[in-house]
Amino acid sequence: MAADALMSDLERLYPPKRLLRAPVQLAPYESDALTAFRTRPLAVVLSETQDEVIETVRLCHKHAVPFVARGSGTSLSGGSLPLAEGIVIALNRLNHILTLDPQTRTALVEPGVANLAVSQAAAPHGLYYAPDPSSQPICTIGGNVAFNSGGAHCLKYGMTANHVLGIKAVLPDGEVVEMGGDSLEGVGPDLAGFFVGSEGLFGIALEITLRLLPVPEMYRTVLASYSSLGAAGDAVTNVVASGLLPGALEIMDRLAIQAAEASVDAGYPKGAAAVLIVELEGERIQVEAEFARLLTVIESTGADEVRVAQDAAERARIWKGRKGAFSAVGRLSPDYIVQDGVVPRSHLGEALARIEELSAEYDLRVANVFHAGDGNLHPLILYNGREPGALERAEELAGDILRLCIQLGGSITGEHGVGVEKLAYMPEMFNETDLAVMGELRAAIDPLGLANRGKMLPAGDAPALHAHGPHPLEKAGIISRE
Amino acid sequence: MNNVMDVINAERIEDVQAAMQEPGDARLRIRGGGSKTALSTPRAGERILDLSRLSAILEYEPGEYTFTALAGTPIRKVEAALAEHGQYLPFDPPLAGAGATLGGTVATGLSGSGRQRYGGVRDFLIGARFVDGQGRLVRGGGKVVKNAAGFDLPKLMVGSLGRLGALVELSFKVFPKPAAYATVETRFVSLDQAVDAMVSLSAAPLDVEALDLTPDAEGFVIWARLGGVADVLDERAERLRAFLDGGHILTGEEERAHWRTAGDFAWLPADASLIKVALTPAQVAALEKRLPGPGDSPRRYSVGGALAWLAWQASISDLDAILTDLNLPGLLILGDGQPALIGRRPDPVYLDRIKRTLDPAGRLLKF
Repeated sequence: MAADALMSDLERLYPPKRLLRAPVQLAPYESDALTAFRTRPLAVVLSETQDEVIETVRLCHKHAVPFVARGSGTSLSGGSLPLAEGIVIALNRLNHILTLDPQTRTALVEPGVANLAVSQAAAPHGLYYAPDPSSQPICTIGGNVAFNSGGAHCLKYGMTANHVLGIKAVLPDGEVVEMGGDSLEGVGPDLAGFFVGSEGLFGIALEITLRLLPVPEMYRTVLASYSSLGAAGDAVTNVVASGLLPGALEIMDRLAIQAAEASVDAGYPKGAAAVLIVELEGERIQVEAEFARLLTVIESTGADEVRVAQDAAERARIWKGRKGAFSAVGRLSPDYIVQDGVVPRSHLGEALARIEELSAEYDLRVANVFHAGDGNLHPLILYNGREPGALERAEELAGDILRLCIQLGGSITGEHGVGVEKLAYMPEMFNETDLAVMGELRAAIDPLGLANRGKMLPAGDAPALHAHGPHPLEKAGIISRE
Repeated sequence: MNNVMDVINAERIEDVQAAMQEPGDARLRIRGGGSKTALSTPRAGERILDLSRLSAILEYEPGEYTFTALAGTPIRKVEAALAEHGQYLPFDPPLAGAGATLGGTVATGLSGSGRQRYGGVRDFLIGARFVDGQGRLVRGGGKVVKNAAGFDLPKLMVGSLGRLGALVELSFKVFPKPAAYATVETRFVSLDQAVDAMVSLSAAPLDVEALDLTPDAEGFVIWARLGGVADVLDERAERLRAFLDGGHILTGEEERAHWRTAGDFAWLPADASLIKVALTPAQVAALEKRLPGPGDSPRRYSVGGALAWLAWQASISDLDAILTDLNLPGLLILGDGQPALIGRRPDPVYLDRIKRTLDPAGRLLKF
């Protein structure tokens, strides 16, 4: 009933070609990059203006129909998974960079703007937008804001929340609010910061003020190979202890290296058990001085081979192997789950050893590609979805890894968010009071629980596991999982 | 000074919880080191909840670049512990010399000049435990530098002024401290030139750690600070001086003293209030036009013009009117005036919903 009434209201708001209801039109919206979960929504609206979004949210509130906001659908935690009794508000067409002010070093953007488009627009001014999730060519700022997306440079530069200064949002009951502003500094509670990472539960960001940084004058990138994963981990400890602050510190294990080599020919040393990528960036004079020190440190770590990128092309090649590693590993197996747990850096070795044991116990291959600088693991658990029980086994293994991260004092998610995927682990990370308070805050902001219902906070209906295989965009090589 | 009945000295987290649950109409004003007098001095009908005894560094593993401490821990104590391992809090927490604590720094949302390079207190706080107005002990965030699980309650606590809860335990990210510093001091005759120089420098890839502007009787001075490898610092400082078309290079104790004095507001006249204003470099000129001469009302623009510290001797309502006119938010830090928040106020719609959830009975101060 409510749904029918909403549909007739939506028909007045949207032309038929922007109100999708036919199964064939809805199919692409049934899942995001967490393809194991799939649900067909009642309808999808393709909003083109902020007013349309606001009006749509108000109509959902009036009829008490839940809604899910969606950008490019690259969430790895099922963050934009639809509800069967709800609608999807697609925001890709709200893709305008409204202003880009080189003087304040800010960009005011709509939620559907792609992450990389911000840096491209800022480039003529010598500026860029720092958070760089692997899906950055297509993932949207709106989605980045909702899930506090990260990337490879979080230790030094932080996550999305550290680069959002202001947000204009429509709350789930249709009220429009402004938080923060265009100053780097704020007065009063950091409401814009609190909105970031709320996984869509606090409403929809309509305009976001982003902080831009000067493009570093110089990058120096080194790749070192090791005969064991543990040795690469020790090297990270040495680099960190040396007092250097690299922009990126990344490790890939043997399986990931082989996959990357087979797929993008990044020129990684053949037969290495692990490679470590370290990148320094900043003012030329300073970076040159630090890089000399970095090489001394790396030489002391027993690396089998050390390669220094001599130019931008060689640097790009090293990064191509790293950023393409996930989809490359995906080609080794019909299906995989990518996990996102975080451990304190000093426990990296322990965590990796335990993951190796678990891999043997469950008889499932696990490839490791991770942000060593911030302890953010990305184990890829390979399985065959056509094999009965394989997905469940892979999920169990993933769960064991998340519990391990909690035990070691880390987190269940570094940058992908809880979504639907990690709902079950929230009570292991937070106690009852913490979760009750989060639930009450959510209820205060969204009394009807309409905005992205069923995500982040346990209690929603557990969504069903379905199907298998990579996201269509991933198959096409447009996106990759980080 | 205060009637002993009006102060609750918390020795343990449980004492903070009990204080929130005690019956009574008096609202609780949270105090740490008491270094921000405008915010820690009780008014009629209030009780002080003093957290200065909740002071200890609980976990510090230098290799992690993180530490966890009780909220009443003085900044100076933290800085000393970090310095033993060559690390620091890069946002230069202000008023450290006056006894500022971690909790007070977060609750007021104050960052100093070092904010320019890597961000402010909001960017380095990674986890928080606080007691809400119902006496519940709540945790948000975590102890690792990267974490996206749950609502970002630590961010909500930044700048919350003890009105949403009492912070009891905080986790921070830290960085290796530069081995050496140098500062270029350059004088400008016109404000426009000085602001232009600041804007260009902020957008240049020179990695300045701090970038401040002080007006004086003869014009305007820019203070640009570099930090890094000692061997190449002279070369970088010369490059920076050339970028600013000249100036004087400060090093050693003279250099350190300059920034220490700035962060402790030693330049503030004895009877003046101190107000923080958040703005953009483009708004500096409009604010300057409305303020009295720098001799009467000294001030310092920081973070490349994103932050202003104003000394104010006239009535606070006059400044409130000026800031409201300019649509700028301000916060009283030192002095006995009120209200705490002046100029542009936070959006009440959203904030009221949060306040009612965490403090339904009004145990804590109103915004």
